[in-house]
Amino acid sequence: MTIKHAIRAGLLGLALIATSGAAQFSAARADALDAIMKAKVIKIAVPQDFAPFGSAGLDLKPQGYDIDMGNLIAAKLGVKAEIIPVTSANRIPYLQTKKADLVISSLGKNAEREKVIDFSIAYAPFFSGVFGTKAIVAADYAALKGKTIGATRGAIEEQELSKNAPADATVKRFEDNNATIAAFVSGQVDLIATGNTVAAAIAEKNAARPPVLKFVIKDSPCYIGLNKDEPKLLAKINEIVAAAKASGELAKLSEKWLKAPLPPGF
Amino acid sequence: MGEVKKDQRKRGKTNMTYKLQFAELLPYWDVLLQGLIFTIVLTLVSTFTGIAVGTAGASLRTFGPAWAGAIVTAYVELIRNTPFIVQLFFIFFGLPAAGVMLSETTAAFLAMTINLGAYSTEIIRAGIQAVPKGHIEAGVSLAMTKWEVLRHIILNQAFRKIYPALSSQIIIVMLGSAVVSQVSAQDLTYAANFVASRNFRNFEVYLLAALAYLILAMLARSLLRGLGRILFKAAN
Repeated sequence: MTIKHAIRAGLLGLALIATSGAAQFSAARADALDAIMKAKVIKIAVPQDFAPFGSAGLDLKPQGYDIDMGNLIAAKLGVKAEIIPVTSANRIPYLQTKKADLVISSLGKNAEREKVIDFSIAYAPFFSGVFGTKAIVAADYAALKGKTIGATRGAIEEQELSKNAPADATVKRFEDNNATIAAFVSGQVDLIATGNTVAAAIAEKNAARPPVLKFVIKDSPCYIGLNKDEPKLLAKINEIVAAAKASGELAKLSEKWLKAPLPPGF
Repeated sequence: MGEVKKDQRKRGKTNMTYKLQFAELLPYWDVLLQGLIFTIVLTLVSTFTGIAVGTAGASLRTFGPAWAGAIVTAYVELIRNTPFIVQLFFIFFGLPAAGVMLSETTAAFLAMTINLGAYSTEIIRAGIQAVPKGHIEAGVSLAMTKWEVLRHIILNQAFRKIYPALSSQIIIVMLGSAVVSQVSAQDLTYAANFVASRNFRNFEVYLLAALAYLILAMLARSLLRGLGRILFKAAN
């Protein structure tokens, strides 16, 4: 290849990139909802490494709460769902670069994120709380009086618990989540402070001793992320999520993947 | 990339000028003290129980019936060839499935006793075997009972011979007791971990814990040496 050829090829490449960029730009300017309805495909970024919200199933296809939620939205829109597995680090960039129309990826809301993307109403519960065997009654911190609770040392829920539990409650702190789970499963403790997804995992693998929610310590539900300035899409997604909540479809998803009903007040 | 590098350089620099702030540990002095006391009590009690197990094991293995010797051998091999933390997890997390529920404190004492018991069995057995046969025969010919021979001739001499090795093992077990923090037994390491999870002063906390263990070990060593002088006057 001569230098002249190389330059020509390079220029051609640049031109191609420029035009495709322009094409993308113009597509972004058009209303996202109209574009989705026209293409009859909605691209949804889902987690690939965060069970039960999204992980690879035995057939290596993504499965989980978020995937079911994505399919539900696509079905309500009457379009095909294109499921894109992403990691938690690149889920927002996928949205920003229009590789995805929606991010349904156990996304929590915070001020930093709200600067760059919009959020729907909450579609999935995500919280830490005190869980325990069915027989135990403990509706709040005060009810932990005289009881023993296992928790993972340094975790938010452990710190909150240590701060708020009555003085004569015993907090047994373990090194990591696995040890805390082992303590509950083996019966060394009847109460644990942990996340609802961890409780779901215990319930699934150890049906004989399912941990039941006693009260919520910290609530940070999941929201669907979408690009800013897409009011029509946002309104439509909110409408679908609200309808799914009212019809009990979200409760069904919660039972299926989180092994628990939607928490009160969700 | 450039920014990452700069960031690393910056971090390297802050590490160099890291300011030790032991004052941040002060609010937790009671937690740390309780942990220290727990470690001392745990070591003291399991030293006595562990050596009792070891003495019984060594005697059984040397003089007991064949089947008892076989059981002791199996016990010693099982414990000496598995990690302490696995033994502890088996007792705390595993045994409840078999209906044996022990608290973390009981599990810690039991695991320490079982562990020291196995090692001291071997150490004491070596001492017993070093007792000349003639001494035992002399005892028997003086019409001493079996127990008297064991107590006054065999074990007395055996302990004198293996005392330094046994002392070392006690220190090793004491330092190994840090592992019991993993089943939430509230020893010195548990306390240090707890403080580190609260104020993130890892450097100070673990430095302090290391110093505490060092002083404990040195104190225990000189205590044991003094005790040895009193117990075995003739040997020293």
